[in-house]
Amino acid sequence: MIRIENLHKSFGDLEVLKGMNLHIPKGQATGIVGPNGSGKTTLIKTILGLVKPDSGVIHVNDVKLNGNWLYRQDIGYMPQVARYPENMIVRELLEFIKGLRNQEAVFEEELISQFNLGPELDKSLRVLSGGNRQKVGATLAMMFNPQLLFFDEPTAGLDPQASFKFKKRVEKEKQDGKTVLITSHIMSELEQLVDHVVFILDGKIRYYGSMENLLEENKEERLEAAIARMMENSPDPGIEARETEVTFQ
Amino acid sequence: MEEDENIKKLNPVEMKLLTHIIKNEWKTLIRGKWVIGYGLIFLILTDTLLRFGGGGAEVLLSLSNVMLLFIPLVGMIYGILYIYQSREFVELLLTQPINRKTLFWGLFCGISTPLMAAFVVGAMLPLGWHGILAQDPGASVMVLALGGMLTLIFVALGFVLGLAFYEDRIKGFGFTIVIWLFMAILYDGLILMAIFTFGDYPLERFVIAATMLNPIDLARIMVLLEFDISALMGYTGAVFRQFFGTNSGILTASGMLVLWLAVPAWIGLRVFKKKDF
Amino acid sequence: MNNYKPIQLHLFGGLILLLLAWTSVSEASASDTAADIVVSPDGPVVSIQEAVNMARPGDHIRVEAGVYVESNIMIDKKLTLEGIGYPEIDGNLEGHILIIAADSVTVSGFFLKNSGRSHVRDYAGIYIDKAKDVVIENNRLDNIFFGIYLSATERGVIRGNEIRSYERRESSSGNGIHLWNVKDPKILDNKVEGQRDGIYLEFAKGAEISGNRSNNNNRYGLHFMFSDDSVYRGNTFNKNGAGVAVMYSKNVDMIDNIFENNWGTSSYGLLLKDINDSRITGNRFYRNTVGIDSEGSNRVIVHRNDFELNGWAVNIKSSSRENQFTENNFIENSFDVRTDSPRNPNHFEGNYWSHYEGYDLNRDGIGDVPYRPVRLFSIIIQRQPESLILLRSMFITLLDTAERIMPVLTPATLIDEKPKMERIR
Repeated sequence: MIRIENLHKSFGDLEVLKGMNLHIPKGQATGIVGPNGSGKTTLIKTILGLVKPDSGVIHVNDVKLNGNWLYRQDIGYMPQVARYPENMIVRELLEFIKGLRNQEAVFEEELISQFNLGPELDKSLRVLSGGNRQKVGATLAMMFNPQLLFFDEPTAGLDPQASFKFKKRVEKEKQDGKTVLITSHIMSELEQLVDHVVFILDGKIRYYGSMENLLEENKEERLEAAIARMMENSPDPGIEARETEVTFQ
Repeated sequence: MEEDENIKKLNPVEMKLLTHIIKNEWKTLIRGKWVIGYGLIFLILTDTLLRFGGGGAEVLLSLSNVMLLFIPLVGMIYGILYIYQSREFVELLLTQPINRKTLFWGLFCGISTPLMAAFVVGAMLPLGWHGILAQDPGASVMVLALGGMLTLIFVALGFVLGLAFYEDRIKGFGFTIVIWLFMAILYDGLILMAIFTFGDYPLERFVIAATMLNPIDLARIMVLLEFDISALMGYTGAVFRQFFGTNSGILTASGMLVLWLAVPAWIGLRVFKKKDF
Repeated sequence: MNNYKPIQLHLFGGLILLLLAWTSVSEASASDTAADIVVSPDGPVVSIQEAVNMARPGDHIRVEAGVYVESNIMIDKKLTLEGIGYPEIDGNLEGHILIIAADSVTVSGFFLKNSGRSHVRDYAGIYIDKAKDVVIENNRLDNIFFGIYLSATERGVIRGNEIRSYERRESSSGNGIHLWNVKDPKILDNKVEGQRDGIYLEFAKGAEISGNRSNNNNRYGLHFMFSDDSVYRGNTFNKNGAGVAVMYSKNVDMIDNIFENNWGTSSYGLLLKDINDSRITGNRFYRNTVGIDSEGSNRVIVHRNDFELNGWAVNIKSSSRENQFTENNFIENSFDVRTDSPRNPNHFEGNYWSHYEGYDLNRDGIGDVPYRPVRLFSIIIQRQPESLILLRSMFITLLDTAERIMPVLTPATLIDEKPKMERIR
């Protein structure tokens, strides 16, 4: 589904991706974890075509990325920060994206009722709460039934009920055979949602494998503890300094 | 190869997407009332000038003075502000199956044309109901068209600045103000200094070339060609007389204005296409 | 007659009736003696010169439509020549077409074309030599060297003629209506185009020039020299090579004329050179390089004129003194006033200046701050003409404003102390 070979990316002097190789097969739910600044977001943005790699090759559904754009028909992306034009009405936003994608929004109704967005549809995005905006983002990501789903810190602004509903929905998508990629700081959440973990540290993939395997290798019960142990054992001298930034909730 | 692609025409699907984006921008901008307020300012200004100032030429000249000074500033700030405020939204759009070129033109046209329309309609209505449009259609249309063109040019420049200083807003706004001050005021001061410093040399060609390099000066020259031709023809130099006295002046100036729109828009597109968001 | 008593009426009634009868008979016989001669291409008289030779003084010659190739037609007696349906006299590019050398000749309704051209002689469509009370009306002159040429005439009326030529070189074109050494002529409602000077007067006294349109001439629309006590009123002078020149005269009235679109380095709406004690009122100066250019002219009153969109509305040299500019409208001229000296011996008061930025707190319609019509930029341009290209730029506006607040280089005394707040209608 997604094949990444030897991916490099620098922003000016800052080398963010230092040769990444990753293969994510179809139907797999993968969590991407790592401290702030480790390159998680850059990795996702590169797959989405927002960031152009310095070198390396990415294939999505066997399509090689070279500034092309049609492959994104199969991707639904929910950004970390949901900010939309303030004067736009929710319904218009949905219509606008529908017009852009020219695909049938098969799950539109379903997602709206699932996230209780019905009463919000005619409100302008300015007055919408942060949680509701996140729900709109989730709806936009999933309503066209894409084969690939990217969620960037999806539950950060959601209340427990919405968060629960969101997770249920992702569970369903998984069962439907979607390939799911989630970045999150909330390890417990990842434990529920994904079965594979990519651990990125300082622009490199330190671990990629199944959740059970990770826990087993590190002799821990919980993902959080396993990750923490991996970071302690990291040979990278820069990690000490960066550790303070890492917050696991 | 990429250059070719930039120039290549959009195909029908892309055209449809383009109009879809433009329509959406129009809708949200008009709801934002900001653009309408901007148009109203020109409406009230023009109407007031006509009520108190009297004649058509007087009003059109006052309007062009305001226009030459403020449209560049407003256009640039508006362009850069759009880039800064719509960052997340633009990024969301970039993750949709749409190419960057279509998106760029859609966004640029979608936000620059409402601002242009606000000026044109705002200034045109009073000119219409006070009869200036009918009495002096050539000059009225020229002033309105120049204002519209300046709007497009400076929104494009604002876009370029916003994309160039994507992460550093303070720098972006700083450059906007500096560029405006330079183009609107300082540049002409430098020309005057050059004229006095090198006064013993033939300067006509240099002076014409120098004004062609600043879009505000270009627009001003076109205003001069309409309203001050009698003074310009009083100048003895052959190059000036050739330039101002024949159609070559108006043709060159219009061509340069179009170039001034095309170049920033093209640079904006290139930056937008290559940019990491 | 009503004053007569009834008896007296009876007594003299018959006699009076007789007298009346006799006078009417004698009048009839007199008009019988002034014969009508008809000239027609079909004969019997086919030549205008022949008709003139046949005619006796006072005769009326009617010329029917057709083409007559004749030149130097000499009219040496009092005659009326009337063209019916614009007969065409083709001068065949030789000499004058008509020569009038007698008093009280009337010529009307002809189409005259192709006079001779010469570097030595001033050949004309109609040449009038030392004649009084000549009337030239409603003729059309085309492709002539000089149009209507009056030399040492008295009185006379030139009315409603149209004169047009196509020679664009100043040196080889002649004047449309040329007056030399004439007294009390009236030049009314003529239209002149494409000549050297549209209307030319030299040593004319008491001329009245009204309602003419003199456009697109190679040099001056009106060229006026050594002609005192004259009036010109309601004329239009448009797109002439150098505008209008009024020189070396006194007591001239220039009223309600239109001077427009005279562009060029030495082109003026109105050039005043050595004009004294004259009046310029109610004129419109529109889009001229210079509206009024005044050199060595004194005591001229310039009152209630409109100066609109000129390059320089007024260019007044310091050799001009005691001229008064009052209640004029100065509207969006590139420059209002230019002068060549920091001293100013002329008076500006109560004009409307569209560039005026002052205020009127006591609401009496007069600005509370004086207006300085000479801009700093005007002085900059005199030094470095190329800087003209910076006209209307923000930088120049700032410079001008600074100079207005603290005048250093502009003439301190050239001020309108009572600028009007609104346009004078």
